Amino acid sequence: METIQALEKVKRTTARVCSLCNQRKAALKRPKTLEQICIECFYNVFEDEIHRVIIENNLFKPGERVAIGASGGKDSTVLAYVLSELNRRHNYGLDLFLLSVDEGITGYRDDSLETVKRNELQYGLPLKIVSYKELYGWTMDEIVKAIGLKNNCTFCGVFRRQALDRGAALIQADKIVTGHNADDIAETVLLNILRGDIARLSRCTDITTGENGPIPRCKPFKYAYEKEIEVKTKSLTLSTYAYFKKLDYFSTECIYSPNAYRGFAREFIKDLERIRPSAILDIIRSGENFRISTTTRMPEQGTCQRCGYISSQKLCKACVLLDGLNRGLPKLGIGRKKECTRENSNNQEQIKRNPENKGPSLHSKHGNIEF
Amino acid sequence: MRLTLEFGGGLELLLKESVKLHQVDVTQKSGEDKVTMRDLLSWVKGNLIKERPEMFIKGDSVRPGVLVLINDCDWELCGNLDAELEEKDMIVFISTLHGG
Repeated sequence: METIQALEKVKRTTARVCSLCNQRKAALKRPKTLEQICIECFYNVFEDEIHRVIIENNLFKPGERVAIGASGGKDSTVLAYVLSELNRRHNYGLDLFLLSVDEGITGYRDDSLETVKRNELQYGLPLKIVSYKELYGWTMDEIVKAIGLKNNCTFCGVFRRQALDRGAALIQADKIVTGHNADDIAETVLLNILRGDIARLSRCTDITTGENGPIPRCKPFKYAYEKEIEVKTKSLTLSTYAYFKKLDYFSTECIYSPNAYRGFAREFIKDLERIRPSAILDIIRSGENFRISTTTRMPEQGTCQRCGYISSQKLCKACVLLDGLNRGLPKLGIGRKKECTRENSNNQEQIKRNPENKGPSLHSKHGNIEF
Repeated sequence: MRLTLEFGGGLELLLKESVKLHQVDVTQKSGEDKVTMRDLLSWVKGNLIKERPEMFIKGDSVRPGVLVLINDCDWELCGNLDAELEEKDMIVFISTLHGG
């Protein structure tokens, strides 16, 4: 017992050596590989891996105009840095831009946009900001005032997705890149399973989406662990600290998000990571290998009759939500409209089907939920 | 023992003083001549945290998703909770739970 304790102490004082260069002191345990490496080797392997992902997946073509979705958070800050670095180092020949969405959340987005403006100067990338107010006529502050804190994240998510596309169209971008990392994608796989959203489950692990649409999107950090992005962020803030005195990326929680469902998936993923770090990549791998039965009817992609945005319905989700807001019926478009109408119009069929379903239903098998 | 603590990624908002950098003096437990990360976490919980300790601590360790660096070194390489601290060490806690 004493010898084990003595050994532990030795480990702490004479630190382990980097398993890549065998020279410098190891400073990071990579969650992906469990290798113990030094900070210099980490920068190299991190950037090399992103470069390899970009090349192997043909994410870009020379001459493309690429909009980097920039929130001011750590992921997009690191993405802006790494992409401009790699673009220069490997001659991708890309025209890079920062594209930010101003949701109109006082005390949250106005602060984080300041971070993006610093990134603009720091990396010399032109910045375009589009706001919900100019696109939809509503800020998130006004929406929350009208609908409360229950479904506000639905509005924000739907509006942001379109806002990025519209902003990218304004600056004539060929592609949008976002800073979604491996942890984010693993969360999304779980969320889509929990929601039973087959259509999204089948495409949420794609590194590029919307290739048939006007502006495809891709996620160069698809295989990058959040922990490593955090370490990378820390180094960036250190190296630029003297220059910008108070450069820190923006990390406060959205003031409207405490109700967000994603938080539970996020915490669960982090719990899994602690037990077995490879769980994150394993979940992504599982998501990639889902094969949807060919007989499953998938929503057909069309365009919105009102605004022309891609949509599987007559009107896109943003137009439906906006309609509700403008008509003072903010619940419009929230929840499962399809099933409600089916219940109403096909009442008889429901009654016919119900007796058959009674056997294996949750109710009869597990008794009543009220214990 | 004089230590420098840094809180980031939103963790600073849980503290009595919502600043990132804290110079602290942590006393050894009676009969002990060393301070481990385990000791430091319970000291932070008892002395610095004002609200929602569950955002920082889970069980006797940090909540998964909180990155810990001791003198810029991943604490997973230093023995995690058993890592022994030394005078003037710098310990960084960054939460990744707020998203990017």
